[in-house]
Amino acid sequence: MIRVAIAKRFAPGPESAAFELDVSFDANSGVNVLYGASGSGKTLTLDAIAGFVAPDSGRILLDERILFDGEARVNLPPRDRSCGYVFQNYALFPHMTLRQNLAFAAHRLPRLERRRRVAESLERFGLAELAGRYPREVSGGQKQRCSIARALIAQPRILLLDEPGQGLDSSLRESLRDAVRDIARSSKTPMMLVTHDLEECLSLADSVLIYDNGRIVRRGAPLDLVRNPGTAATARLLGGFNVFDAEVLALDPGRHTSRVRILGHELVGPHLPACFKGDRVALASRPEEMRIVAQPGENRLRVNAPVFTVERPQSIRADFGGNLVVDVPRDAWRDRNEELWVEIPPESLRLLAR
Amino acid sequence: MDWFPLWLSLEVALGATLISLLLGIWIAWLLVNRNFPGKDILDAVATLPLALPPTVLGYYLLVLIGRNSWIGRAWEGLTGTPLVFTWRAAVIASTLHAIPLLIKSARAGLETIDRACERAARSLGASEWRIFWRVSLPLARRPIAAAAALAFARSMGDFGATLMIAGDIPGRTQTAAIAIFDAVESGNQKMADILVLVISAITVLIVFIANRLERRHA
Repeated sequence: MIRVAIAKRFAPGPESAAFELDVSFDANSGVNVLYGASGSGKTLTLDAIAGFVAPDSGRILLDERILFDGEARVNLPPRDRSCGYVFQNYALFPHMTLRQNLAFAAHRLPRLERRRRVAESLERFGLAELAGRYPREVSGGQKQRCSIARALIAQPRILLLDEPGQGLDSSLRESLRDAVRDIARSSKTPMMLVTHDLEECLSLADSVLIYDNGRIVRRGAPLDLVRNPGTAATARLLGGFNVFDAEVLALDPGRHTSRVRILGHELVGPHLPACFKGDRVALASRPEEMRIVAQPGENRLRVNAPVFTVERPQSIRADFGGNLVVDVPRDAWRDRNEELWVEIPPESLRLLAR
Repeated sequence: MDWFPLWLSLEVALGATLISLLLGIWIAWLLVNRNFPGKDILDAVATLPLALPPTVLGYYLLVLIGRNSWIGRAWEGLTGTPLVFTWRAAVIASTLHAIPLLIKSARAGLETIDRACERAARSLGASEWRIFWRVSLPLARRPIAAAAALAFARSMGDFGATLMIAGDIPGRTQTAAIAIFDAVESGNQKMADILVLVISAITVLIVFIANRLERRHA
Protein backbone atom coordinates (compact mmCIF):
# COMPACT_ATOMS: atom_id res chain seq x y z
CA MET A 1 0.00 0.00 0.00
CA ILE A 2 1.41 3.35 -0.98
CA ARG A 3 0.16 6.82 -0.09
CA VAL A 4 1.39 9.77 -2.05
CA ALA A 5 0.58 13.44 -1.57
CA ILE A 6 3.23 15.61 -3.10
CA ALA A 7 3.76 18.92 -4.85
CA LYS A 8 6.66 20.18 -6.89
CA ARG A 9 7.03 23.37 -8.83
CA PHE A 10 9.32 24.08 -11.75
CA ALA A 11 10.08 27.65 -12.70
CA PRO A 12 9.89 28.36 -16.43
CA GLY A 13 13.20 27.68 -18.18
CA PRO A 14 14.61 28.91 -21.49
CA GLU A 15 12.95 26.04 -23.33
CA SER A 16 10.23 24.96 -20.96
CA ALA A 17 7.12 26.51 -19.51
CA ALA A 18 6.48 26.58 -15.77
CA PHE A 19 5.11 23.29 -14.47
CA GLU A 20 3.52 22.28 -11.24
CA LEU A 21 2.95 18.74 -10.05
CA ASP A 22 0.33 18.42 -7.36
CA VAL A 23 -1.00 14.91 -6.86
CA SER A 24 -2.45 12.86 -4.09
CA PHE A 25 -3.51 9.23 -4.21
CA ASP A 26 -3.11 5.90 -2.56
CA ALA A 27 -2.69 2.60 -4.33
CA ASN A 28 -2.93 -1.02 -3.31
CA SER A 29 -1.65 -4.23 -4.79
CA GLY A 30 -2.40 -4.83 -8.44
CA VAL A 31 -1.52 -2.75 -11.43
CA ASN A 32 -2.05 0.96 -11.02
CA VAL A 33 -1.64 2.72 -14.32
CA LEU A 34 -0.63 6.36 -14.54
CA TYR A 35 -2.12 7.44 -17.83
CA GLY A 36 -1.84 10.76 -19.58
CA ALA A 37 -0.09 12.79 -22.22
CA SER A 38 3.70 13.22 -22.26
CA GLY A 39 4.82 15.89 -19.85
CA SER A 40 1.82 15.54 -17.55
CA GLY A 41 3.93 14.50 -14.57
CA LYS A 42 3.62 10.69 -14.61
CA THR A 43 7.31 9.84 -14.69
CA LEU A 44 8.02 12.67 -12.27
CA THR A 45 5.67 10.96 -9.82
CA LEU A 46 7.56 7.66 -10.18
CA ASP A 47 10.88 9.45 -9.73
CA ALA A 48 9.60 11.10 -6.57
CA ILE A 49 8.48 7.73 -5.17
CA ALA A 50 11.82 6.14 -6.04
CA GLY A 51 13.69 9.08 -4.50
CA PHE A 52 15.41 10.37 -7.62
CA VAL A 53 13.59 13.67 -7.34
CA ALA A 54 12.69 15.44 -4.10
CA PRO A 55 9.23 17.04 -4.01
CA ASP A 56 8.91 20.55 -2.57
CA SER A 57 6.38 19.41 -0.04
CA GLY A 58 4.10 16.55 0.91
CA ARG A 59 4.48 12.97 2.06
CA ILE A 60 5.14 9.55 0.62
CA LEU A 61 4.30 6.50 2.72
CA LEU A 62 5.06 2.97 1.62
CA ASP A 63 3.67 0.24 3.87
CA GLU A 64 3.57 2.66 6.81
CA ARG A 65 7.20 3.59 6.20
CA ILE A 66 7.84 7.26 5.58
CA LEU A 67 9.90 7.68 2.43
CA PHE A 68 9.47 11.40 2.22
CA ASP A 69 7.99 14.01 4.50
CA GLY A 70 8.47 17.64 3.57
CA GLU A 71 7.52 18.95 7.01
CA ALA A 72 9.56 16.49 9.06
CA ARG A 73 12.42 16.80 6.53
CA VAL A 74 12.55 13.09 5.92
CA ASN A 75 13.93 12.13 2.53
CA LEU A 76 15.23 8.57 2.36
CA PRO A 77 17.90 7.95 -0.27
CA PRO A 78 16.77 5.74 -3.18
CA ARG A 79 18.70 2.74 -1.93
CA ASP A 80 16.76 2.64 1.33
CA ARG A 81 13.34 2.87 -0.28
CA SER A 82 12.83 -0.68 -1.56
CA CYS A 83 11.30 0.57 -4.78
CA GLY A 84 11.96 -1.57 -7.84
CA TYR A 85 12.28 0.62 -10.92
CA VAL A 86 12.03 -0.57 -14.52
CA PHE A 87 13.43 2.16 -16.71
CA GLN A 88 12.19 3.16 -20.13
CA ASN A 89 15.52 2.18 -21.70
CA TYR A 90 15.86 -0.79 -19.25
CA ALA A 91 19.14 0.61 -17.87
CA LEU A 92 20.79 -2.79 -17.73
CA PHE A 93 24.47 -2.56 -16.82
CA PRO A 94 26.10 -2.94 -20.24
CA HIS A 95 29.36 -4.34 -18.85
CA MET A 96 27.68 -7.19 -16.98
CA THR A 97 26.07 -10.34 -18.31
CA LEU A 98 22.38 -10.86 -17.64
CA ARG A 99 23.27 -13.16 -14.74
CA GLN A 100 25.63 -10.55 -13.28
CA ASN A 101 22.93 -7.91 -13.66
CA LEU A 102 20.61 -10.01 -11.53
CA ALA A 103 23.34 -10.92 -9.03
CA PHE A 104 24.13 -7.24 -8.57
CA ALA A 105 20.56 -6.68 -7.43
CA ALA A 106 20.66 -9.65 -5.06
CA HIS A 107 23.91 -8.62 -3.37
CA ARG A 108 22.35 -8.36 0.06
CA LEU A 109 21.56 -12.07 0.12
CA PRO A 110 24.06 -14.68 1.28
CA ARG A 111 25.97 -16.31 -1.54
CA LEU A 112 24.09 -19.62 -1.84
CA GLU A 113 20.69 -18.00 -1.50
CA ARG A 114 21.75 -15.45 -4.09
CA ARG A 115 22.76 -18.11 -6.58
CA ARG A 116 19.52 -19.96 -6.14
CA ARG A 117 17.42 -16.84 -6.53
CA VAL A 118 19.27 -15.66 -9.62
CA ALA A 119 18.87 -19.08 -11.24
CA GLU A 120 15.16 -19.19 -10.37
CA SER A 121 14.60 -15.74 -11.71
CA LEU A 122 16.45 -16.43 -14.96
CA GLU A 123 14.27 -19.52 -15.39
CA ARG A 124 11.05 -17.71 -14.60
CA PHE A 125 11.69 -14.93 -17.11
CA GLY A 126 12.90 -17.27 -19.84
CA LEU A 127 16.47 -16.00 -19.70
CA ALA A 128 18.29 -19.14 -18.51
CA GLU A 129 19.79 -19.81 -21.92
CA LEU A 130 21.00 -16.23 -22.26
CA ALA A 131 22.39 -15.80 -18.77
CA GLY A 132 25.98 -15.46 -19.98
CA ARG A 133 25.22 -12.89 -22.65
CA TYR A 134 25.68 -9.16 -22.40
CA PRO A 135 22.70 -6.82 -22.79
CA ARG A 136 23.88 -5.71 -26.24
CA GLU A 137 23.69 -9.33 -27.40
CA VAL A 138 20.02 -9.90 -26.60
CA SER A 139 16.76 -8.58 -28.07
CA GLY A 140 14.66 -5.70 -26.79
CA GLY A 141 12.10 -8.02 -25.26
CA GLN A 142 14.76 -10.04 -23.48
CA LYS A 143 16.37 -6.88 -22.15
CA GLN A 144 13.03 -5.83 -20.86
CA ARG A 145 12.36 -9.12 -19.10
CA CYS A 146 15.82 -8.98 -17.59
CA SER A 147 15.18 -5.48 -16.35
CA ILE A 148 11.92 -6.55 -14.67
CA ALA A 149 13.62 -9.63 -13.21
CA ARG A 150 16.43 -7.48 -11.86
CA ALA A 151 14.03 -5.07 -10.21
CA LEU A 152 12.06 -7.92 -8.62
CA ILE A 153 15.02 -9.90 -7.33
CA ALA A 154 15.84 -7.13 -4.86
CA GLN A 155 12.42 -7.88 -3.32
CA PRO A 156 10.95 -4.41 -3.60
CA ARG A 157 7.82 -3.32 -1.77
CA ILE A 158 6.56 -1.69 -4.93
CA LEU A 159 7.45 -2.02 -8.59
CA LEU A 160 7.61 1.15 -10.69
CA LEU A 161 7.54 0.76 -14.46
CA ASP A 162 8.24 3.74 -16.69
CA GLU A 163 6.69 3.17 -20.13
CA PRO A 164 8.08 -0.35 -20.37
CA GLY A 165 6.35 -1.06 -23.68
CA GLN A 166 7.86 1.96 -25.38
CA GLY A 167 9.66 1.14 -28.61
CA LEU A 168 8.69 -2.54 -28.70
CA ASP A 169 6.71 -4.07 -31.52
CA SER A 170 3.23 -5.35 -30.83
CA SER A 171 4.11 -8.99 -30.12
CA LEU A 172 6.69 -7.91 -27.56
CA ARG A 173 4.23 -5.51 -26.00
CA GLU A 174 1.89 -8.44 -25.68
CA SER A 175 4.54 -10.52 -23.91
CA LEU A 176 5.25 -7.58 -21.64
CA ARG A 177 1.59 -7.49 -20.71
CA ASP A 178 1.69 -11.18 -19.93
CA ALA A 179 4.72 -10.66 -17.73
CA VAL A 180 3.08 -7.81 -15.84
CA ARG A 181 -0.16 -9.76 -15.38
CA ASP A 182 1.84 -12.73 -14.19
CA ILE A 183 3.61 -10.64 -11.57
CA ALA A 184 0.33 -9.11 -10.48
CA ARG A 185 -1.15 -12.60 -10.02
CA SER A 186 1.78 -14.24 -8.32
CA SER A 187 2.93 -11.53 -5.96
CA LYS A 188 1.32 -8.92 -3.80
CA THR A 189 3.86 -6.31 -4.88
CA PRO A 190 1.87 -3.29 -6.00
CA MET A 191 2.83 -1.94 -9.40
CA MET A 192 2.70 1.56 -10.76
CA LEU A 193 2.96 1.63 -14.51
CA VAL A 194 3.36 4.76 -16.56
CA THR A 195 2.03 4.70 -20.10
CA HIS A 196 0.43 6.86 -22.71
CA ASP A 197 -0.77 3.86 -24.66
CA LEU A 198 -4.50 3.46 -24.17
CA GLU A 199 -4.61 -0.21 -25.08
CA GLU A 200 -1.84 -1.00 -22.59
CA CYS A 201 -3.62 1.05 -19.99
CA LEU A 202 -6.98 -0.65 -20.43
CA SER A 203 -5.65 -4.19 -20.73
CA LEU A 204 -3.37 -4.08 -17.68
CA ALA A 205 -4.87 -1.70 -15.19
CA ASP A 206 -6.74 -2.66 -12.08
CA SER A 207 -6.98 1.02 -11.41
CA VAL A 208 -6.22 4.02 -13.60
CA LEU A 209 -5.02 7.45 -12.52
CA ILE A 210 -5.52 9.94 -15.29
CA TYR A 211 -2.93 12.71 -15.39
CA ASP A 212 -3.45 16.04 -17.00
CA ASN A 213 -0.91 18.85 -16.66
CA GLY A 214 0.48 17.86 -13.30
CA ARG A 215 -2.78 16.79 -11.65
CA ILE A 216 -4.82 13.66 -11.37
CA VAL A 217 -8.08 14.54 -13.06
CA ARG A 218 -9.81 11.25 -12.59
CA ARG A 219 -9.28 7.82 -11.16
CA GLY A 220 -11.18 4.59 -11.42
CA ALA A 221 -11.39 1.11 -12.85
CA PRO A 222 -10.59 1.12 -16.57
CA LEU A 223 -14.04 -0.02 -17.70
CA ASP A 224 -15.80 2.59 -15.60
CA LEU A 225 -13.64 5.28 -17.12
CA VAL A 226 -14.38 4.13 -20.63
CA ARG A 227 -18.08 3.89 -19.94
CA ASN A 228 -18.21 7.18 -18.16
CA PRO A 229 -15.26 9.48 -18.64
CA GLY A 230 -16.87 12.18 -16.51
CA THR A 231 -15.08 15.19 -17.92
CA ALA A 232 -14.36 16.43 -21.40
CA ALA A 233 -10.62 16.45 -20.58
CA THR A 234 -10.72 12.77 -19.59
CA ALA A 235 -12.75 11.82 -22.64
CA ARG A 236 -10.20 13.54 -24.83
CA LEU A 237 -7.27 11.85 -23.04
CA LEU A 238 -8.84 8.42 -23.20
CA GLY A 239 -9.53 9.09 -26.85
CA GLY A 240 -12.13 7.22 -28.84
CA PHE A 241 -14.89 9.59 -27.85
CA ASN A 242 -16.91 12.01 -29.91
CA VAL A 243 -17.22 15.01 -27.68
CA PHE A 244 -20.10 17.24 -28.85
CA ASP A 245 -20.93 20.78 -27.87
CA ALA A 246 -24.65 20.66 -27.23
CA GLU A 247 -27.33 23.19 -26.43
CA VAL A 248 -30.13 22.10 -24.13
CA LEU A 249 -33.44 22.84 -25.88
CA ALA A 250 -35.90 21.11 -23.58
CA LEU A 251 -35.89 18.86 -20.52
CA ASP A 252 -38.33 16.07 -19.80
CA PRO A 253 -37.39 14.65 -16.39
CA GLY A 254 -40.61 12.61 -16.30
CA ARG A 255 -39.54 10.48 -19.26
CA HIS A 256 -35.82 10.78 -18.47
CA THR A 257 -35.08 12.44 -21.75
CA SER A 258 -34.21 15.82 -23.14
CA ARG A 259 -33.91 17.59 -26.45
CA VAL A 260 -30.52 18.91 -27.48
CA ARG A 261 -28.96 20.61 -30.48
CA ILE A 262 -25.80 18.91 -31.74
CA LEU A 263 -23.94 19.90 -34.92
CA GLY A 264 -26.96 21.99 -35.89
CA HIS A 265 -29.46 19.13 -35.52
CA GLU A 266 -32.20 18.73 -32.96
CA LEU A 267 -31.89 15.34 -31.27
CA VAL A 268 -33.36 13.36 -28.42
CA GLY A 269 -30.87 13.40 -25.59
CA PRO A 270 -30.45 11.59 -22.29
CA HIS A 271 -31.67 12.67 -18.90
CA LEU A 272 -29.60 15.73 -18.02
CA PRO A 273 -29.64 16.25 -14.26
CA ALA A 274 -28.88 19.73 -12.96
CA CYS A 275 -29.13 21.31 -16.40
CA PHE A 276 -31.37 24.13 -17.49
CA LYS A 277 -32.93 25.01 -20.78
CA GLY A 278 -30.47 27.06 -22.83
CA ASP A 279 -27.37 25.58 -21.10
CA ARG A 280 -24.42 24.64 -23.24
CA VAL A 281 -23.08 21.22 -22.26
CA ALA A 282 -20.56 18.65 -23.50
CA LEU A 283 -21.93 15.25 -24.49
CA ALA A 284 -19.77 12.28 -25.42
CA SER A 285 -20.55 9.22 -27.46
CA ARG A 286 -18.28 6.37 -28.52
CA PRO A 287 -17.74 5.71 -32.24
CA GLU A 288 -18.96 2.11 -31.97
CA GLU A 289 -22.24 3.21 -30.36
CA MET A 290 -23.36 5.10 -33.44
CA ARG A 291 -24.77 3.70 -36.66
CA ILE A 292 -24.65 4.64 -40.30
CA VAL A 293 -27.96 4.36 -42.08
CA ALA A 294 -29.36 5.20 -45.49
CA GLN A 295 -32.66 6.81 -44.47
CA PRO A 296 -33.50 9.86 -42.41
CA GLY A 297 -35.23 9.34 -39.09
CA GLU A 298 -35.16 10.24 -35.43
CA ASN A 299 -31.74 11.16 -34.02
CA ARG A 300 -30.14 10.90 -37.41
CA LEU A 301 -27.71 13.48 -38.78
CA ARG A 302 -27.27 13.96 -42.49
CA VAL A 303 -23.59 13.56 -43.41
CA ASN A 304 -21.51 13.73 -46.55
CA ALA A 305 -19.08 10.99 -47.53
CA PRO A 306 -16.42 10.41 -44.84
CA VAL A 307 -13.33 12.64 -44.99
CA PHE A 308 -11.28 9.49 -44.55
CA THR A 309 -11.67 5.95 -43.34
CA VAL A 310 -9.39 3.67 -41.33
CA GLU A 311 -9.51 -0.08 -41.88
CA ARG A 312 -9.56 -2.03 -38.64
CA PRO A 313 -9.73 -5.79 -38.12
CA GLN A 314 -13.45 -5.94 -37.27
CA SER A 315 -14.71 -2.58 -38.38
CA ILE A 316 -14.16 0.49 -40.45
CA ARG A 317 -13.64 3.80 -38.70
CA ALA A 318 -15.18 6.62 -40.70
CA ASP A 319 -14.23 10.19 -39.90
CA PHE A 320 -16.80 12.69 -41.13
CA GLY A 321 -14.87 15.73 -39.94
CA GLY A 322 -16.15 18.14 -37.31
CA ASN A 323 -15.43 15.70 -34.46
CA LEU A 324 -17.74 13.04 -35.79
CA VAL A 325 -16.17 9.57 -35.93
CA VAL A 326 -18.19 6.39 -36.38
CA ASP A 327 -17.13 2.75 -36.23
CA VAL A 328 -19.06 0.64 -38.70
CA PRO A 329 -18.99 -3.18 -38.61
CA ARG A 330 -17.32 -4.48 -41.75
CA ASP A 331 -20.38 -6.34 -43.02
CA ALA A 332 -22.55 -3.25 -42.57
CA TRP A 333 -20.21 -1.06 -44.55
CA ARG A 334 -20.98 -0.45 -48.15
CA ASP A 335 -19.03 2.12 -50.02
CA ARG A 336 -22.06 3.84 -51.42
CA ASN A 337 -22.64 7.10 -53.14
CA GLU A 338 -26.10 7.21 -51.57
CA GLU A 339 -27.03 9.75 -48.98
CA LEU A 340 -25.82 8.86 -45.50
CA TRP A 341 -27.17 9.51 -42.03
CA VAL A 342 -25.45 8.92 -38.70
CA GLU A 343 -27.70 7.78 -35.91
CA ILE A 344 -26.76 8.80 -32.39
CA PRO A 345 -28.83 6.77 -29.89
CA PRO A 346 -29.92 9.00 -26.98
CA GLU A 347 -28.58 6.55 -24.38
CA SER A 348 -25.10 6.73 -25.92
CA LEU A 349 -24.80 10.42 -25.11
CA ARG A 350 -23.10 10.99 -21.75
CA LEU A 351 -23.02 14.26 -19.97
CA LEU A 352 -19.49 15.49 -19.26
CA ALA A 353 -18.38 18.02 -16.72
CA ARG A 354 -16.24 20.74 -18.23
CA MET B 1 76.31 5.53 -20.58
CA ASP B 2 74.37 6.48 -17.45
CA TRP B 3 70.85 5.03 -17.49
CA PHE B 4 69.88 6.50 -14.16
CA PRO B 5 67.93 9.52 -15.56
CA LEU B 6 65.81 7.22 -17.67
CA TRP B 7 64.93 4.89 -14.80
CA LEU B 8 64.24 7.84 -12.54
CA SER B 9 61.93 9.35 -15.17
CA LEU B 10 59.99 6.10 -15.52
CA GLU B 11 59.68 5.73 -11.76
CA VAL B 12 58.63 9.33 -11.27
CA ALA B 13 56.11 9.07 -14.12
CA LEU B 14 54.68 5.87 -12.69
CA GLY B 15 54.32 7.39 -9.24
CA ALA B 16 52.80 10.58 -10.64
CA THR B 17 50.35 8.61 -12.79
CA LEU B 18 49.18 6.52 -9.84
CA ILE B 19 48.66 9.58 -7.66
CA SER B 20 46.93 11.40 -10.53
CA LEU B 21 44.63 8.43 -11.05
CA LEU B 22 43.51 8.31 -7.43
CA LEU B 23 43.23 12.04 -6.96
CA GLY B 24 42.02 12.83 -10.47
CA ILE B 25 39.20 10.30 -10.50
CA TRP B 26 38.10 11.42 -7.07
CA ILE B 27 38.05 15.10 -8.08
CA ALA B 28 36.28 14.24 -11.35
CA TRP B 29 33.67 12.23 -9.43
CA LEU B 30 33.10 15.15 -7.07
CA LEU B 31 32.73 17.57 -9.99
CA VAL B 32 30.19 15.30 -11.70
CA ASN B 33 28.17 14.01 -8.77
CA ARG B 34 28.27 16.56 -6.00
CA ASN B 35 27.28 20.14 -5.56
CA PHE B 36 29.34 22.03 -3.04
CA PRO B 37 30.48 25.59 -2.50
CA GLY B 38 33.66 26.35 -4.41
CA LYS B 39 32.94 23.78 -7.11
CA ASP B 40 33.62 26.35 -9.85
CA ILE B 41 36.89 27.29 -8.19
CA LEU B 42 37.99 23.66 -7.94
CA ASP B 43 37.08 23.22 -11.60
CA ALA B 44 39.22 26.23 -12.58
CA VAL B 45 42.16 25.28 -10.34
CA ALA B 46 42.11 21.78 -11.83
CA THR B 47 42.69 23.28 -15.27
CA LEU B 48 45.33 25.84 -14.27
CA PRO B 49 48.39 23.55 -14.51
CA LEU B 50 47.60 23.10 -18.20
CA ALA B 51 47.68 26.83 -18.80
CA LEU B 52 50.37 28.14 -16.45
CA PRO B 53 54.03 28.19 -17.56
CA PRO B 54 55.82 25.25 -15.88
CA THR B 55 58.29 27.55 -14.16
CA VAL B 56 55.45 29.51 -12.61
CA LEU B 57 53.95 26.24 -11.45
CA GLY B 58 57.32 25.24 -10.05
CA TYR B 59 57.64 28.53 -8.22
CA TYR B 60 54.25 28.07 -6.58
CA LEU B 61 55.25 24.60 -5.53
CA LEU B 62 58.46 25.95 -4.07
CA VAL B 63 56.42 28.40 -2.03
CA LEU B 64 53.99 25.67 -1.03
CA ILE B 65 56.31 22.84 -0.08
CA GLY B 66 59.71 24.59 0.28
CA ARG B 67 61.73 24.27 3.46
CA ASN B 68 60.17 27.44 4.89
CA SER B 69 56.55 26.53 4.15
CA TRP B 70 54.48 24.79 6.81
CA ILE B 71 54.09 21.69 4.61
CA GLY B 72 57.84 21.59 4.06
CA ARG B 73 58.52 22.00 7.78
CA ALA B 74 55.95 19.42 8.77
CA TRP B 75 57.50 16.95 6.34
CA GLU B 76 60.98 17.68 7.57
CA GLY B 77 59.83 17.35 11.18
CA LEU B 78 58.28 13.95 10.43
CA THR B 79 60.95 12.42 8.21
CA GLY B 80 64.06 14.39 9.05
CA THR B 81 64.78 15.23 5.41
CA PRO B 82 63.52 18.13 3.30
CA LEU B 83 60.89 17.47 0.65
CA VAL B 84 62.32 19.74 -2.04
CA PHE B 85 65.25 18.63 -4.17
CA THR B 86 64.40 14.93 -3.77
CA TRP B 87 62.77 12.47 -6.16
CA ARG B 88 59.56 12.93 -4.16
CA ALA B 89 59.46 16.57 -5.21
CA ALA B 90 59.85 15.43 -8.82
CA VAL B 91 56.82 13.16 -8.35
CA ILE B 92 54.81 16.07 -6.98
CA ALA B 93 55.81 18.33 -9.89
CA SER B 94 54.96 15.64 -12.43
CA THR B 95 51.64 14.87 -10.74
CA LEU B 96 50.63 18.50 -10.93
CA HIS B 97 51.68 18.54 -14.55
CA ALA B 98 49.63 15.46 -15.44
CA ILE B 99 46.54 15.62 -13.27
CA PRO B 100 44.47 18.10 -15.34
CA LEU B 101 44.44 15.59 -18.21
CA LEU B 102 43.10 12.90 -15.95
CA ILE B 103 40.48 15.07 -14.34
CA LYS B 104 39.21 16.23 -17.71
CA SER B 105 39.02 12.77 -19.25
CA ALA B 106 37.65 11.05 -16.17
CA ARG B 107 35.04 13.74 -15.90
CA ALA B 108 34.04 13.40 -19.54
CA GLY B 109 33.93 9.62 -19.07
CA LEU B 110 31.80 9.80 -15.95
CA GLU B 111 29.48 12.32 -17.56
CA THR B 112 28.70 10.09 -20.55
CA ILE B 113 27.52 7.22 -18.36
CA ASP B 114 23.81 6.62 -18.70
CA ARG B 115 22.29 8.26 -15.61
CA ALA B 116 19.62 5.58 -15.61
CA CYS B 117 22.26 2.92 -14.91
CA GLU B 118 23.36 4.70 -11.77
CA ARG B 119 19.77 5.32 -10.77
CA ALA B 120 18.95 1.68 -11.34
CA ALA B 121 21.86 0.68 -9.11
CA ARG B 122 20.64 3.06 -6.41
CA SER B 123 17.11 1.72 -6.56
CA LEU B 124 18.55 -1.78 -6.22
CA GLY B 125 20.00 -0.84 -2.86
CA ALA B 126 23.63 -0.30 -3.81
CA SER B 127 25.74 2.16 -1.82
CA GLU B 128 27.47 5.05 -3.62
CA TRP B 129 30.78 3.29 -3.02
CA ARG B 130 29.53 0.09 -4.64
CA ILE B 131 28.00 2.01 -7.53
CA PHE B 132 31.30 3.76 -8.14
CA TRP B 133 33.34 0.55 -8.20
CA ARG B 134 30.87 -1.74 -9.92
CA VAL B 135 29.05 0.60 -12.32
CA SER B 136 30.55 4.04 -12.86
CA LEU B 137 34.24 3.16 -12.94
CA PRO B 138 33.90 0.10 -15.23
CA LEU B 139 31.75 2.12 -17.62
CA ALA B 140 34.27 4.97 -17.75
CA ARG B 141 37.37 2.76 -17.70
CA ARG B 142 38.42 3.31 -21.30
CA PRO B 143 38.63 7.10 -21.33
CA ILE B 144 40.25 6.93 -17.90
CA ALA B 145 42.83 4.38 -19.05
CA ALA B 146 43.56 6.46 -22.14
CA ALA B 147 44.00 9.54 -19.97
CA ALA B 148 46.28 7.63 -17.60
CA ALA B 149 48.51 6.64 -20.53
CA LEU B 150 48.76 10.24 -21.70
CA ALA B 151 49.31 11.41 -18.13
CA PHE B 152 52.22 8.98 -17.89
CA ALA B 153 53.76 10.43 -21.04
CA ARG B 154 53.22 13.96 -19.84
CA SER B 155 54.69 13.37 -16.40
CA MET B 156 57.73 11.78 -18.01
CA GLY B 157 58.29 14.96 -19.99
CA ASP B 158 58.00 17.59 -17.28
CA PHE B 159 60.99 19.90 -17.29
CA GLY B 160 60.31 23.33 -15.84
CA ALA B 161 58.47 22.53 -12.65
CA THR B 162 60.71 19.56 -11.86
CA LEU B 163 63.82 21.66 -12.32
CA MET B 164 62.42 24.31 -9.99
CA ILE B 165 61.61 22.09 -7.04
CA ALA B 166 63.65 18.92 -7.56
CA GLY B 167 66.70 20.51 -9.10
CA ASP B 168 69.27 18.92 -11.35
CA ILE B 169 71.25 16.63 -9.07
CA PRO B 170 72.86 13.88 -11.19
CA GLY B 171 72.18 10.47 -9.70
CA ARG B 172 69.44 11.81 -7.43
CA THR B 173 66.93 14.10 -9.10
CA GLN B 174 68.14 14.37 -12.64
CA THR B 175 65.30 13.03 -14.79
CA ALA B 176 65.67 12.18 -18.48
CA ALA B 177 64.17 15.46 -19.68
CA ILE B 178 66.68 17.40 -17.62
CA ALA B 179 69.54 15.07 -18.49
CA ILE B 180 68.90 15.71 -22.20
CA PHE B 181 69.18 19.44 -21.64
CA ASP B 182 72.41 18.95 -19.68
CA ALA B 183 73.83 16.60 -22.30
CA VAL B 184 73.20 19.08 -25.10
CA GLU B 185 74.59 21.95 -23.02
CA SER B 186 77.77 20.05 -22.26
CA GLY B 187 78.17 18.76 -25.83
CA ASN B 188 77.50 15.10 -24.95
CA GLN B 189 75.76 14.43 -28.26
CA LYS B 190 75.65 10.64 -27.93
CA MET B 191 73.95 10.73 -24.53
CA ALA B 192 71.38 13.23 -25.83
CA ASP B 193 70.68 11.12 -28.93
CA ILE B 194 70.09 7.94 -26.97
CA LEU B 195 67.86 9.55 -24.37
CA VAL B 196 65.85 11.38 -27.03
CA LEU B 197 65.37 8.18 -29.02
CA VAL B 198 64.30 6.11 -26.03
CA ILE B 199 61.93 8.77 -24.70
CA SER B 200 60.43 9.24 -28.19
CA ALA B 201 59.91 5.50 -28.62
CA ILE B 202 58.17 5.16 -25.25
CA THR B 203 55.99 8.19 -25.95
CA VAL B 204 54.98 7.00 -29.42
CA LEU B 205 53.99 3.65 -27.93
CA ILE B 206 51.95 5.31 -25.20
CA VAL B 207 50.15 7.66 -27.60
CA PHE B 208 49.37 4.69 -29.81
CA ILE B 209 47.88 2.79 -26.87
CA ALA B 210 45.93 5.82 -25.70
CA ASN B 211 44.46 6.39 -29.16
CA ARG B 212 43.39 2.79 -29.42
CA LEU B 213 41.68 2.99 -26.05
CA GLU B 214 39.92 6.19 -27.06
CA ARG B 215 38.80 4.80 -30.37
CA ARG B 216 37.26 1.65 -28.98
CA HIS B 217 35.46 3.77 -26.47
CA ALA B 218 33.86 5.93 -29.16
